[in-house]
Amino acid sequence: MSALLELRCVEAFYGRTKALHGLDLEVREGGITALLGANGAGKSTVLRAVCGMIPTRGQILFAGTSIAGKAPEEIARCGIAHVPEGRATFGSLTVEENLRLGAYVRKDRSNLPSDFKRIYATFPVLFQRRRQAAGTLSGGEQQMLAVARALLLRPRLLLLDEPSLGVAPLVTAEIFRVVSELNKGSGVSVLLVEQNAPLALDLAQTAYLLETGRVVASGPSGMLKEDEAIRRAYLGY
Amino acid sequence: MMNAPRVESVVPYAPAVAVPPWKKAAFAVAITLACGLPFLLSDYTLFQSGQVCSYAIALLGLNILTGYNGQISLGHSAFYAAGGYTTAILIDRFGFAYGWTVPASGALCFAVGFLFGLPALRLAGTYLALATFALALSVPQILKHFGEWTGGTQGMVVPKPDAPPMLHLNSDQWIYYLTLGCLLLLMLVAWNLLRGRIGRAIVAIRDNPVASQALGINNALYKTLCFGLSAAYTGVAGSLAALSVGFVSPDSFTALLSITLLVGVVVGGLASIAGAVLGAIFIQFMPSAAYEISKAAPWAIYGVSLIICMYAMPGGAASLLTNVWRRAARRFR
Amino acid sequence: MDALLQQIVSGLATGGIYAAVALSLVMTYVATNAVNFAQGEMAMFSTFLAWAFIQSGMNYWVAFFVTLAISFVGGVAIERTVLRPLERAPVLAITIVTIGLLAIFNSMAGWIFDYTVRPFPSPFSASPIRLGGVVLSSHSVGSLAVTLGLIAAVYLLFRHTPLGLAMRAAAQYPMASRLVGIRVGWMLALGWGFAATIGAVAGMLIAPVLFLDPNMMGGILIYAFASATLGGFTSPVGAVVGGFLVGIIENLAGTYIRFIGTDLKLTVALAIIVLVLIVKPSGLFGRPQAHQA
Repeated sequence: MSALLELRCVEAFYGRTKALHGLDLEVREGGITALLGANGAGKSTVLRAVCGMIPTRGQILFAGTSIAGKAPEEIARCGIAHVPEGRATFGSLTVEENLRLGAYVRKDRSNLPSDFKRIYATFPVLFQRRRQAAGTLSGGEQQMLAVARALLLRPRLLLLDEPSLGVAPLVTAEIFRVVSELNKGSGVSVLLVEQNAPLALDLAQTAYLLETGRVVASGPSGMLKEDEAIRRAYLGY
Repeated sequence: MMNAPRVESVVPYAPAVAVPPWKKAAFAVAITLACGLPFLLSDYTLFQSGQVCSYAIALLGLNILTGYNGQISLGHSAFYAAGGYTTAILIDRFGFAYGWTVPASGALCFAVGFLFGLPALRLAGTYLALATFALALSVPQILKHFGEWTGGTQGMVVPKPDAPPMLHLNSDQWIYYLTLGCLLLLMLVAWNLLRGRIGRAIVAIRDNPVASQALGINNALYKTLCFGLSAAYTGVAGSLAALSVGFVSPDSFTALLSITLLVGVVVGGLASIAGAVLGAIFIQFMPSAAYEISKAAPWAIYGVSLIICMYAMPGGAASLLTNVWRRAARRFR
Repeated sequence: MDALLQQIVSGLATGGIYAAVALSLVMTYVATNAVNFAQGEMAMFSTFLAWAFIQSGMNYWVAFFVTLAISFVGGVAIERTVLRPLERAPVLAITIVTIGLLAIFNSMAGWIFDYTVRPFPSPFSASPIRLGGVVLSSHSVGSLAVTLGLIAAVYLLFRHTPLGLAMRAAAQYPMASRLVGIRVGWMLALGWGFAATIGAVAGMLIAPVLFLDPNMMGGILIYAFASATLGGFTSPVGAVVGGFLVGIIENLAGTYIRFIGTDLKLTVALAIIVLVLIVKPSGLFGRPQAHQA
């Protein structure tokens, strides 16, 4: 499997503060990669750097082409869907309008009706609430909406930022199940940021451990799970 | 994040430092020149110079509010009118001596400005611009409507003051010195106020109102005081201008005057005291020169100046001159 | 009773013009977060272009639609060139730039077309229409019909097209919109384009009544400000409702309140602005804006 997303010596900045220091990272095509670490380790920063939301230095390659320095909307059009922390749903628009915006850039519009059917089948609660304003949904429902909207882009790479945050465990489990099936079925690659390490390591094949903007450990998730020293120091169990 | 908060101020605040010697020298030269003008210029050009001084006082006022305190006002023509008409009415209806009408205008406009500043507290940028614009637009109509007091559409004559007999000056020269004197005094007052604690508070409110409030600054009090002070300055300016022109009429105080004052402040330099004089020179002399080219030219130049200043020179002409001088001084060291 | 109805109906006709310009103001406000003081002058300039086309022999309706197209492109261009670099500048700076644009458009019109007042043709017949006891000029009825059609078109665009949906999202949630691939900058530019087009329609509808000169839209702009303030600067629905209300209020106040008469009519608009800003700055339908004292 080749690398779909490659970060080489990437530095990222919030204003004048450097948040990532020469980071190297890879997401293999068709794989699920987890980014772990404590609060403030820079996990979300990596996703924002990939999406062009913050200024960066270094190389960011997507399917071989450089996306560093591109605007977020262009990066989205390349096939990268980002579900950020806080979900970024369009609160005053309806669930259905949110979903339609997820598919806004799709050129193959004839496939949309079947995609919508599939999304509604996967997340029945979204179908029930499709005419409600997105802001009136519960936390878990908004998370499902954000993921569903990202999926409607038919992305090659899905970036998930802390999907379990503020969401009931049952809903989290459901979202992870959907992501796993999608990865196995359609081959969508996933870069997952999570504080809930055990959950993330169960889902992902590869994991990176971050601390203050640097990678301190990486490898197959099985290996990281076994390594006691790493587990105790960084993963809290 | 792409959603970075907006830059809060157009011009960054320069902390109070000791005045460099070149600036002191420049001021001394300028003041000497200004005092000598009545003996160098023709009557009409002297009159125009007097107008420059009045405008400069008004621009100082507007600058305090908009440049230093960040509250936009498109309504200052109202205070200019208030000053002018107060003088006219006090002299004509109440027999005041002209000298007392100037501080009276200042006091009246301070009160009105302060009162206007109270509801203005609730209005953010754009809405304040709208509200003050509405104020400016209403002034000519109101002046025309209350004809028994204001002389209606015809306006009122303001008798020209005579110089004290011991100084052998004619009326025009006397009123010029009076205006110049007020300008210098008010510049000194503004300069002292703004470089001290009050000035820092005012600018802090402009740049970060949440932080300033958290630091214990009473935002509401300072903002309304700024409005009052700003209005007072502009009222005094209007008063002096009326004495110089000898006449007030509703159509001299339209909303266009408010926009002209804004142009003066922007071109001269937001948050700059010297800028008030530079801006005043611009708004007094540019239109008559531009009118020679075409009737439409003055306002076209105003429009282009506003846009260029927002892009290239947010500090206005004052900062441009400072930069040029600094670069020249460095080369000669 | 008939007289009252007459006033209300003619108030609706002028109200339609105010609604259109107010709608433009709301669209530009939503895109740039500042009131576009140049909206009226842009509309006036568009009307002058139409006049020039008609003078050169073009058919009225051809000139009408060509002007709309040019206005659209012009609006987009202005947003992309003049306003885009100031995206993150303070509201004060953007407001000053729009005032600069006001001065430029006004003087350009004066310079190219000079300041003489001239007539502008109306596409509607000159004969009046009688409905019951109410007499209206065909132009008033025609104007009202066109503005209602325009408002309906805008409504359809925003509520029932993907582009309209994207524009709404881009205005309210720029970051989230970027993440789904919406080119937010262009959406805002389109907002300006549509606003300029709507303004051009309003200009061409009012010119036959007020006669065309560079200062034609000054009063209309104030009424449009009052309408948008009353309805709420963030609400297109508010702008339209506000426009019609202001039209009716203006007419009724001018006729029935003797203190106001015809010279203080403009004061009605100003009073509305000041009252609304004191009592409820966000207007009838607007979203309250977070504000620090």
